[in-house]
Amino acid sequence: MVNIQIDGQSLQVEEGMTILQAARLADIKIPTLCYHEDQKIKSVCRICVVEVEGQRLLQAACSYPVSEGMVIHTASPKVIQARRNILELILARHPQECLTCNKNGYCELQDLTQELNMARPLRYPLDRRPHTVDDGSTSIVRDPAKCILCTRCIEACGDVQTIAVIGKENRGFDTIVVPPYGKNMSETVCVNCGQCVQVCPVGALTIHDDTQKIYDNMRAGKLLVAQVAPSVRTTIGEALGEEPGTVSTGRLVTAMKKIGFDRVFDSDFSADLTIMEEGYELLDRLKNGGTLPMITSCCPAWVKFCETYNPKYTDHLSSAKSPQQMFGAVIKTYFAQKEQIDPKDICSISIMPCTAKKFECQRPEMNDSGQQDVDISITVQELAKMIRESGINFADLPETPFDNPFGLGSGAGEIFAATGGVMEAALRTVYEAATGKTLEKVEFHDVRGLEGIREAQVDLDGTIVKLAVVHGLGNAREMMRKVRAGKADYHFIEVMACPGGCIGGGGNPIRSWKKVKARTKSVYQQDVDLPVRKSHETAAIKEIYGEFLEKPLSDKAHHLLHTSYTNRQDLLR
Amino acid sequence: MEEMRILLRNKDKIDPKNVQDYIQTGGYEALKKALSMDGQEIINLLKEAGLRGRGGAGFPTHMKLQFAKNAQDDTKYVVCNADEGEPGTNKDRVLMSADPNSIFEGMAIAAKAIDSHKGFIYLRAEYTYIRPLLEDALENARLAGCLGKNILGSGYDFDIELHSGAGAYVCGEETALFESIEGRRGEPRFRPPFPGSKGLFGKPTVLNNVETLANIPPILRHGAEWYRGIGSPNSPGTKLFTVCGNVSRRGVYEFPMGVNLKEIIYDVCGGIPDGKGLLAVQTGGSSGAIINADQIDLPLDIDHVSASGGRLGCGTIFVIDDTNCIVDIVRNNLDFFRSESCGKCTPCREGGTRLYELICKISENRGTVHDIDTIIDLASTMRIAALCGLGHSTAVPVLTSLQNFADVYTHHIDKDCCPVCGQMQ
Amino acid sequence: MNQDTYNSYSHKTSSDKLVQVAQIAAPYKNRPEMLMTVIIEVQKVVRAFSEDVAAVIAREMGLPQTQVYSFITFYAMLSVKPRGKYIIRMCESAPCHVHGAKEVVKAMEDALRIKMGQTTEDGRFTLEYCPCLGICDVSPAIMINDRTYGNLTPDSATQLIKQYIREDV
Repeated sequence: MVNIQIDGQSLQVEEGMTILQAARLADIKIPTLCYHEDQKIKSVCRICVVEVEGQRLLQAACSYPVSEGMVIHTASPKVIQARRNILELILARHPQECLTCNKNGYCELQDLTQELNMARPLRYPLDRRPHTVDDGSTSIVRDPAKCILCTRCIEACGDVQTIAVIGKENRGFDTIVVPPYGKNMSETVCVNCGQCVQVCPVGALTIHDDTQKIYDNMRAGKLLVAQVAPSVRTTIGEALGEEPGTVSTGRLVTAMKKIGFDRVFDSDFSADLTIMEEGYELLDRLKNGGTLPMITSCCPAWVKFCETYNPKYTDHLSSAKSPQQMFGAVIKTYFAQKEQIDPKDICSISIMPCTAKKFECQRPEMNDSGQQDVDISITVQELAKMIRESGINFADLPETPFDNPFGLGSGAGEIFAATGGVMEAALRTVYEAATGKTLEKVEFHDVRGLEGIREAQVDLDGTIVKLAVVHGLGNAREMMRKVRAGKADYHFIEVMACPGGCIGGGGNPIRSWKKVKARTKSVYQQDVDLPVRKSHETAAIKEIYGEFLEKPLSDKAHHLLHTSYTNRQDLLR
Repeated sequence: MEEMRILLRNKDKIDPKNVQDYIQTGGYEALKKALSMDGQEIINLLKEAGLRGRGGAGFPTHMKLQFAKNAQDDTKYVVCNADEGEPGTNKDRVLMSADPNSIFEGMAIAAKAIDSHKGFIYLRAEYTYIRPLLEDALENARLAGCLGKNILGSGYDFDIELHSGAGAYVCGEETALFESIEGRRGEPRFRPPFPGSKGLFGKPTVLNNVETLANIPPILRHGAEWYRGIGSPNSPGTKLFTVCGNVSRRGVYEFPMGVNLKEIIYDVCGGIPDGKGLLAVQTGGSSGAIINADQIDLPLDIDHVSASGGRLGCGTIFVIDDTNCIVDIVRNNLDFFRSESCGKCTPCREGGTRLYELICKISENRGTVHDIDTIIDLASTMRIAALCGLGHSTAVPVLTSLQNFADVYTHHIDKDCCPVCGQMQ
Repeated sequence: MNQDTYNSYSHKTSSDKLVQVAQIAAPYKNRPEMLMTVIIEVQKVVRAFSEDVAAVIAREMGLPQTQVYSFITFYAMLSVKPRGKYIIRMCESAPCHVHGAKEVVKAMEDALRIKMGQTTEDGRFTLEYCPCLGICDVSPAIMINDRTYGNLTPDSATQLIKQYIREDV
């Protein structure tokens, strides 16, 4: 412990702590910009500079460690002047388009201008970076002119996801964060995970907004059939200003109905359906010597990653489609028949925590219903905007249940939202299918948690099945190295591209590990609260197999619910 | 006034590639001595000698060594900063070309002091043509047993690897240099951690300038007392000065620290040629202070120059005659800094260019007194808030010239014709 | 200028050159710290770090292409755009500046009929500014590839360039 003084307050803090951390203990707020609580310290924006007595230079609070006897001034006139001067330099490069910016109201730079009372004309002419908007990607809009060079996205994409789609180009005043060689995002190895969007403090990286398409279809008189992913009920409230982890299933359905969605279905159902197909596929592979380990294929960012970096290993991927795509195929076939609607009159929309789902639904092979199975995929952030622009007071809405016949999924389907959830859900069904016994203890705590790669094994009546759960593409890359080397001694691997799984997905409100943990807790609580906790036991699953699909892995199920993969190695040239 | 050649003792006298030539003049005797000494003894000796860094900041060399020695790690590195990029500075090139073994020997002694077995020399890209000479000299030194395994039969191993830059002034900043050796963009790291605990490849590292390292063997050979007898009390030893610009005899000279600036310009270098007058002198390269003709009666040692608002830095003396304009010189300095900013931190990336633009405004008679206020405000922020020395020193020529040549700026604002700036437009 | 930059990305490198690049980079698989060494060697065989060249280096060294690209665009002596066989670098720093650098620049531009920053149509010469070359005792100075020339006057610079034009094959 060391004794320090911050703004006249004496306190004892741990040695090695940064000034920023110490100040927070003393309840002193030091403004920051490039700093991100989940990331490495960058110390590049220099907004957080403070005065340390006895030093000529100001020090960045985010990176400078405290030491015994240190006397710190976080808001002296000298400090405030420096901060404003630095902010002014940033603003003089930043397009003054806040009112029409996608990030308006959620921008950390905007907040900072208020915090620093930046109400004075800039002394430098506005000098926009000469780059145009790149909106060719299905998922992410890149506007490098708005970039403030905090480099958070470079860490998220390069260090965490190990893809490094974007990096710095040039140096000095001409430095900019772009894909190499003038490429657009859509021409790169980008897997559309949106983790860059999640860390961008400004409007340089935002989600591709597809909400207008929904209004267009509404006007065209289409039947708007929506599926709502398991995570969404846990993060929509947060996107509208409620506490992270606030579950708002009923209000969410009410809001969507008010906006004009005709049917609002629960993707917990198609998660259950995925478990049936994927679970039986696993049993089949185990029994008949199929390719092992089998790896989950629910995550479209992971799938594209595998197709790009490991095209020869895509036979490890389960052929089962993701819940989104299964649902899409079911809506335009089974549901359409049941309701006697021409599938052409249906606009199938998914509400997802995910930006990569926008890419997935536009994959050309995703048309087994005879047309594009899912027409539009929007994220939680976009739905929140629709709720807001519809003038809905979300906080006071009454609750409405999901529509039938896909209105109630299992707890197993619900936990798809969290890393390890697909694995745990699969185990609940696979165990019973393989052993014929009832699984008494449905919770598999070994596969839960936030460790990047987790291992577990289960005993299926004498057969030991080895499992691994992976989240974050850096960890996935590591795992694939093992698979390629023949050292992945597992039968089944779950991979989710986003750290934390879908609940930490790129389409959610801006994440932090703290928030992701709160959300995850709510996800597991919902599992406990649901009447059915095993996929194969829900009424909807029994009904669809009884009426339509016959049994898992049937010809019809294969046609509608399974898919194949594309070699995308060329993206690496 | 006679030069005092300690570092340049072998210049033009030996074949720089030939290690035997070096050995015959007493070379590697210091290393032999060091190899029989305890690391702490070596550091203590350098402390007694009072050796300070010759690259720019003038930091006590023994302290750098002590930090790295104290760090607990099996692997430690000694790095020679041969990225001599400060405009107007040639002394490291001259030293490396004339007597590379003196640098290798200094590195080996520093290595022994901290128990390091590997050294790196980072050579700037603009000096690529020296590389073959250094490679030959290294190979010859290895063959003679002065580098490599079991040096001089001591059982101690130390070898040196040569790395090149690819054109970036900022790589002269120690942590940017590490980044560059590690295969990345040469962007400085924040400190702490300091190189002594976490430097190259995350290992405890001592980085020294070429000239600093060359000072080490003579100190080992002749002792601290001898060394302290040269130069001034707070800056012992000799210093290499690169004298350039509008002066009759340009070149690299070696004098004891504390030598008078005026004497160097007029007595040693023959004053200003072609009957012109002296306008200003910039000491320490583009990142140094610009002083006027009345201020040149100045002893050149680290502390005296610092007191004048600048720094001795690498010992560059840039002489500017009265056909030039200070605003134009500052503009040239800022053009350099803005193109060499790495772009990592806001104050330097944005501020460097904004300062340049503001000075252009002044130089082109478009400026007002408000621009001067903005320049001072911005430069003062860069001086204290940038991430590394490059950002800090960008402000120095601006602020010192405003202090020492205030009227020149006023003339430009008042639209009094400046023949130099007018011609530049 | 922006358009110009992007056009240059279409620059192609011949496949035999790419084989050479791969041979240079291959020994340093998963050794990112060798990037500078590789790049400097590659620069000896290619005129520019085209997208293909960066992709080969990235593949052979096991690095993201973005990292290679980002590295190249940082250092002044590396370029993603093709440059001339002879790169003439004029020192832009103050000691040369006060010694008539401007007149020398003018003379070289006239001799080559291009402006600073441009490459002659035949692809032989590129004129660039560079920071201090470290030979201020002979300012104004230039460097042509790895060779330095000092004490230039407009006349001697013109003669030097003419000599390069004549003697080059």
